[in-house]
Amino acid sequence: MHFPSVFSSSTASPLPTLSDSAMDPPLPVSSSEPPKDIFSEPPADTFKDPLNKTSAEKAASGGLSKAQAAVPVKVAADEELDDLFSDSLGESGAAPVTDAKIAPLLDLGEEPQKSDVIKKDGNADLFKEPLGAMTKKPQGSLFTEAKSEAKAARPEQSNSAAADLFTEEAFTVTPVVAAAKSSVNTSSKTNGLHSDEEDLFAEATVELSLDSPHNDRRKREAAKPSAPAPSLSASASTSKPQPKTLEELEEEEKEDTFDLNISVTNPEKVGKSTTSLSMFRSKQFTVRRRFSDFLGLYEKLSEKHAQNGYIVPPPPEKSILGMTKVKVGKEDPSSAEFVERRRAALERYLHRVVSHPSLLQDPDVREFLEKEELPRAVSTQALSGAGFLKMINKATDAVSKMTIKMNESDVWFEEKLQEVESEDQQLRKLHAMVESLVNHRKELSVNTAMFAKSVAMLGSSEDNTALSRALSQLAEVEDRIEQLHQDQASNDFFIFAELLADYIRLLGAVRACFDQRMKAWQRWQDAQNMLQKKRETEAKLLWANKPDKLQQAKDEIVEWEAKVSQYEREFERVSATVRKEVIRFEKEKSRDFKKQIIRYLESLLQSQQQLIKYWEAFLPEAKAIA
Amino acid sequence: MIKLIVQLSSPSLLRSVSVDLNNDSSLLIDIPDALCERDKVKFTVHTKTTLNSFQKPDFSVSRQHEDFIWLHDTLVETEEYAGLIIPPAPPKPDFESPREKMHKLGEGEATMTKEEYTKMKQELEAEYLAVFKKTVQVHEIFLQRLSSHPNLSKDRNFQIFLEYDQDLSVRRKNAKEMFGGFFKNMVKSADEVLISGIKDVDEFFEQEKTFLLDYFSKIKDSTAKAEKMTRSHKNVADDYIHISATLNSIAADDNTALKQHLEKFAELLEKLRKVEGRVASDQELKLTELLRYYMRDIQAAKDLLYRRARALADYENSNKALDKARLKSKDVAQAEENQKQCLLKFDKLSESGKKELTSFKGRRVVAFRKNLIEMAELEIKHAKQCVILHSTCIDLMDSSFIFAVVQVRGRR
Repeated sequence: MHFPSVFSSSTASPLPTLSDSAMDPPLPVSSSEPPKDIFSEPPADTFKDPLNKTSAEKAASGGLSKAQAAVPVKVAADEELDDLFSDSLGESGAAPVTDAKIAPLLDLGEEPQKSDVIKKDGNADLFKEPLGAMTKKPQGSLFTEAKSEAKAARPEQSNSAAADLFTEEAFTVTPVVAAAKSSVNTSSKTNGLHSDEEDLFAEATVELSLDSPHNDRRKREAAKPSAPAPSLSASASTSKPQPKTLEELEEEEKEDTFDLNISVTNPEKVGKSTTSLSMFRSKQFTVRRRFSDFLGLYEKLSEKHAQNGYIVPPPPEKSILGMTKVKVGKEDPSSAEFVERRRAALERYLHRVVSHPSLLQDPDVREFLEKEELPRAVSTQALSGAGFLKMINKATDAVSKMTIKMNESDVWFEEKLQEVESEDQQLRKLHAMVESLVNHRKELSVNTAMFAKSVAMLGSSEDNTALSRALSQLAEVEDRIEQLHQDQASNDFFIFAELLADYIRLLGAVRACFDQRMKAWQRWQDAQNMLQKKRETEAKLLWANKPDKLQQAKDEIVEWEAKVSQYEREFERVSATVRKEVIRFEKEKSRDFKKQIIRYLESLLQSQQQLIKYWEAFLPEAKAIA
Repeated sequence: MIKLIVQLSSPSLLRSVSVDLNNDSSLLIDIPDALCERDKVKFTVHTKTTLNSFQKPDFSVSRQHEDFIWLHDTLVETEEYAGLIIPPAPPKPDFESPREKMHKLGEGEATMTKEEYTKMKQELEAEYLAVFKKTVQVHEIFLQRLSSHPNLSKDRNFQIFLEYDQDLSVRRKNAKEMFGGFFKNMVKSADEVLISGIKDVDEFFEQEKTFLLDYFSKIKDSTAKAEKMTRSHKNVADDYIHISATLNSIAADDNTALKQHLEKFAELLEKLRKVEGRVASDQELKLTELLRYYMRDIQAAKDLLYRRARALADYENSNKALDKARLKSKDVAQAEENQKQCLLKFDKLSESGKKELTSFKGRRVVAFRKNLIEMAELEIKHAKQCVILHSTCIDLMDSSFIFAVVQVRGRR
């Protein structure tokens, strides 16, 4: 275990354990903040790192943060760190640059870190830490330059970079840099273990770091390289969406490729993911995004559009469990599956966003697709203060939903809402069943594999030559069939179950837009009530003969009359939008389902065709038994 | 709870295990009918014969599973047949698993639609029937193997079993006997271990022994794995039922263009589920049952080897006793007689054992061949059916899909 030692030496502080790191978050103060950065970065790294590593990292990060916190920030030290960092980066870049492809992967990994850093930076600014400013700039430049190299270098090294840091002294510098950055950034928490969790933890502090100055960006970049390896980075390459050619864009084919490679080198595991969304026709774009960036995009979009009655496609949920597995697990097929699942889900999510005519025009979408760096997504974490606020909002929403009794004037909405609700239930049921199909098919695949092995053994001890041959052929056939079942199980999942999962989420969004309409209605009603009250007061004043206050009351009535009509218009508008959106949604849904069902059937068809081939090849063998 | 009274008219419909039977028409046995009440299954054993040792040429009797076991046990215990592979006794009818499933289904009734429940119930009933048929079949095969064996077919007890028109009223084993049987088995396996140390003089038997021992453990494993495999295949088929039912209910609520697609999809899955169910049951019948039967048959062959090895050990002991007797010159004649008897018995066992084992080998290969061919053909048949189902469904959807797209475009 090199890591622990390295860290301890660099930090000189006792390695704080995970719990410590977790505890750190409360320290929004500059001192506490550093840890955050550290954490966020390390977590990403840890992501792919085997548990040991992760723990080590965590400890290390914790240590670093502590150390920084303990020591009044030393800008100079940070800078030095930066230098070291940059050097290391350069080295890393120099080394394996050869594979261009690999590089993007690495970039991805780095980017996530960036985002973290950015947030942190933002925090730092808020806090106004001198260190942050100082360090940021230098780092930014260094990093930006280094970045490209680093990216290239990382392909192999994404792991190694992170790993190296820990393992090799030269690289150890990098961790330090990260620490420095973290110190600069106010971000509070880092979970070595889970990137997702990382977000969760980071959230509390992250809220503070809403601002993302340009400097921050640089820092982010810097952070990227420095960060051991934030695993999830998605680079989406998109031809620049030009607002004017929206329709064209819609028609354009979008190819998304999102690869997440997890490689294990030394003790560390680093994951990289790439998404390239390219819309042809114009230039191709590639950007790297973290998972939380996708969530951030959703937050922004829903903030802007949901209240107008738009159905904002929800992104895939975070899965701490899955992510932890990815970070912790080695070359585990289940983590690979998890990553692929998330990749596909994000891809579909983007497609849905882009295919929505109004959302496509949103500047945030375009920024997401084409901007090199994105301010770190904020408030995507469950436990952060913003998250907390959101939760409270949701709770009050739920309460008001219950209390609002809308006497629906429009039957269409009433019926639709009911339809949506019952469909939601049905889809959930169906989803559970398809999941069980997936599991049963996986079981079948496993059992078939065992049978194949067993038959092969039986064949080897059979003393009749022809029968022995036939049995081993049978074993081979069963082996192939096992693969077939396995593939089919993943088709069941990716084509069928994921479609249902998507639509369950989307139906949630649909319901949310109904809620928005209800809210608009409520506003209108409240205004009307208020107007009513004002009129009553006017009447009372008239009765009491108080002309001095009468004028004021009259003014208020005029004001509220205007409000009532405004709210009424708004309600009408939202209603119209909701109606349009629901119709559009249904159209999309039916197209999607059709497409997917056909795809699914085709996959089944294919596996049956393979099955025929296998058995037909086996038949003569059976007949040859004499 | 379902009522477990099933009447079976033609059980020979599915013959999973082929046994290489002589085409000797002097004694034909079948079980045309069986009645299942609770745990007891009553088999109607029908015999057609030209042998004069029977009073009539054509007759039927009613027998229970325990009667079969009694017949098997008496055959095993008959000294005369020590050199033969006694056909393995049919396994006890096991209706536990379908019954348990039925119970579970009853509990889960609330969570299912009526249609789903009915289908699941039908599935289970079919499964139950299949188990029942299989039970009848293995009992039939047991008798047929006896009747086609030159020596065993002439057995007195066998003839009584076939002919005696009253209830055989075989005494069920009491606890003491059960324990005794258990003890005997223990002694036997311990003895087996002891004897197995003795090097066989005959190369053939030595080889057979190692082969059968090895083969038995392998085939046992394969049987278990095959069982698991077919069971999970069945689960997949059952999942289709639920999915299809849920799709149907979604389609019922849907009034967009998607409706018909969902319906078609559900319909397809309903058909697929039947095909997949058939695939599973055919695998069970052609593969698992084959392996299971030969596992028991190999056990019977191993028992034969054991009896021979026991005879060999007896012979060697008698040799030693003779030497001793000669040394002491006491009871020499008796010892000589004993030794001669042992040798005779051993030689007889070896001779008929060799013949039996050789024919067993041939029988096994033929049975495997037949079943593997049949299974491959069935798999191909089912897969082809699936392909047809899929492609017609895809065609149907595709055409309307294209139509829908055109419509949408047109509207734009």
